[in-house]
Amino acid sequence: MIYALCFVLFLIGLYGVTCKKNIVKIILGMVIMEYAVNLFLILSGWRKGGQPPIMDSQTNMETFVSRAVDPLPQALVLTSIVIGLGVLSLMVAIAIRLYERYGTFDITEMRRLKG
Amino acid sequence: MTEKNKTAGMSLIVKTVTRWLKGFIFLYGVYIVLYGHLSPGGGFAGGVIIASTFVLLTLSFGKEYSLGKLGKLLASELDSLGALLFLLVAVSGIIWGGIFFLNFIEKIAPSKHFHLFSAGVIPLCNIAIGMKVGASLFMVFIILAVIRVREVNGKRKLITTEKRRTKT
Amino acid sequence: MTNNIITLVALPLGMAFFIPMIGRKLRWAPDLLGNITTFALLVIAAGCFQKQGIYHLGGWPAPLGIVLVLDGLSSLLLLIVNLISFLATLFSVQYLEKLYTSKLRYYSLFLLMVAGMNGAVLTGDFFNLFVFLEIASIASYALVGFGCEAEELEASFKYLVIGSVASTFILFGVALFYSHFATLNMADIASHLKESGFDQISIVASVLILVGFFVKAALVPFHAWLPDAHPSAPAPISAMLSGVLIKAIGIYPLARLAYNILGMTPLLVSVFTYLGIISMMIGVLMALAQWDFKRLLAYHSISQMGYVILGLGLGTPLGILGGLFHLFNHSLFKSLLFLDSGSVEYETGTRQLEKLGQLAKKMPVTSTSTLVASLSISGIPPFNGFWSKLVIIMACLQASRPGLALWAVLGSILTLASFSKIQRYVFLGQGKDFDLEAAKQWHEVPLLMRIPLLVLTTLCLFGGIFLIGGLEGPLGPGVRALVENSTVYISKVLGR
Repeated sequence: MIYALCFVLFLIGLYGVTCKKNIVKIILGMVIMEYAVNLFLILSGWRKGGQPPIMDSQTNMETFVSRAVDPLPQALVLTSIVIGLGVLSLMVAIAIRLYERYGTFDITEMRRLKG
Repeated sequence: MTEKNKTAGMSLIVKTVTRWLKGFIFLYGVYIVLYGHLSPGGGFAGGVIIASTFVLLTLSFGKEYSLGKLGKLLASELDSLGALLFLLVAVSGIIWGGIFFLNFIEKIAPSKHFHLFSAGVIPLCNIAIGMKVGASLFMVFIILAVIRVREVNGKRKLITTEKRRTKT
Repeated sequence: MTNNIITLVALPLGMAFFIPMIGRKLRWAPDLLGNITTFALLVIAAGCFQKQGIYHLGGWPAPLGIVLVLDGLSSLLLLIVNLISFLATLFSVQYLEKLYTSKLRYYSLFLLMVAGMNGAVLTGDFFNLFVFLEIASIASYALVGFGCEAEELEASFKYLVIGSVASTFILFGVALFYSHFATLNMADIASHLKESGFDQISIVASVLILVGFFVKAALVPFHAWLPDAHPSAPAPISAMLSGVLIKAIGIYPLARLAYNILGMTPLLVSVFTYLGIISMMIGVLMALAQWDFKRLLAYHSISQMGYVILGLGLGTPLGILGGLFHLFNHSLFKSLLFLDSGSVEYETGTRQLEKLGQLAKKMPVTSTSTLVASLSISGIPPFNGFWSKLVIIMACLQASRPGLALWAVLGSILTLASFSKIQRYVFLGQGKDFDLEAAKQWHEVPLLMRIPLLVLTTLCLFGGIFLIGGLEGPLGPGVRALVENSTVYISKVLGR
């Protein structure tokens, strides 16, 4: 059920990217989409009655392997968040420079490349 | 209105609290980087906290103070140095073990588990990533919020309005 | 030699961070280091051509760890990527002097893009493919908007948003595959799909990943970013984008997915062939109406990618041979055309066809190479474009689909029409607003810019010899890597 809600969040982000005219709203839609995919990836590692996958010197190996949630999606999501950060900072930098050139944040005004 | 905004930065309360807290925040970031192989955290999370120390300094004291502490040139050098250190660790896997990224410290001298100096190559990678991410995020903040681009002599230059530090 | 394939990824990454450090002190360092790096990459890639090997990163065996797979298809694409990147860096030494200022960042981003493309071609792990794809894409987003004019920034932003949405789709597909099969290794997913067939989650995941890669490969109707992004970039970057980027992160993963992982079903065959025909025709029809030199070339990229997908999508060995050979040829003559447009822009300062003219006498090297490349792309014998288009058309007839062959021939004729437009306005005749006074100072481009043009022209003239031997010749291992479906791929990577 919660996976379907992740997909709804993804669609909300996609709506923001495609249907909004303000550049800042497009950037926010992009952020929501990436958030939805990261959330889906983390939730796919969940286990019922799970424990955090952190060991110390007192853990028992059998109970750890049978109770802990999957740690691999957490590493994947860390990478994905960093990539999203890079794309976001590039988007914001380009949006600032676009405002300096065109004088507006409205994408319907930025139509010099046509045809 | 004119008298209050003569000095850069925020009010006296914010400046005093920042002066007390900046060491602790930085130390907390370093702790998360170093203990990355034993508890949650690691390079990226610790690097973000280290960068937020400098962002807090910029917000409370103004850009001259924090650019004096860690200028744009030094941040860029630290950034590249962190990435090269990470690559050096990975290539050392080839020199001492034969395979890229091999955990060669663990293969040569296996250590006791759950101590600070264990798990071979992983703390070194964490330190390199922490350095790189901290410097990177601080540079992103400075470039987006502090530095303005002006047209000078037909070419674009990056200027911070108080120093004569101009770069193309 | 196969133990050196890790250098293809590590060396450009290291140099991309090393160049800003020492480039501030020494003025000549970025040019020299950038060119030495790409030359070293070219030597290693030529040494790895047609070899096979598996490299386990960190010593972890597959399917636990990340593997780098070098087989026939990867080695062919590695050769293309590194050859074009070396010629582009050679071109950009002089090109950047006149038009752009910050060489440090240019070389840094360029080497990051090359590292990302090399990694994406070599890897055998799905999430690793996503990471390298993002590295190459982010570097190219920044390079497209490199000179910060208004139009370049607009094109860069458009490219950024569309490319990021595509990458997010790919990540969603990878997440779905991971949650279903609990593995990220491509060969492992292939073996699971072979045993248990396709259920609903696998179909959704495959569709998401395929759509993401269709956007990256700029096939119609997902092509909207390409006509704005490719003209706005600096000329060597346009050559890289159009010549290798849409192939290394667009066509190569599509071929790998369709043949080795998902298995080529009649549904996929019809999807690929129809997308190919539509891209071909729409690309070339829109190109006929353009008055900007580079925008015309960008629309032709879309149409030639349609040819490649048509050849790859037929499913027969002859079709795959035609598709791969056209991929190789297209990278040669399209990069040559973009470098030519770069040298025209360097000399005359404009890209509009109306303002140019009479360049055949003043710029002999540029005009000869444009003539050779235009004849190649239109498929005139004996240039290399003719042989690859002939193989594709023969493969369509052999697969008993003569309608497709007819569309391909029509596309070729329209390509010839639009390139004769360039020849008439730029080189032989003159445009409407041609200014004779300004034209008197135009002369040939400097030596370092001429060398890549000459090298590519020679390769275009004699490129047909790569086809000798057919399926046993130089392209043979690439074709065989795809034709043998998933079984050989799985046994090579996983060892079972």
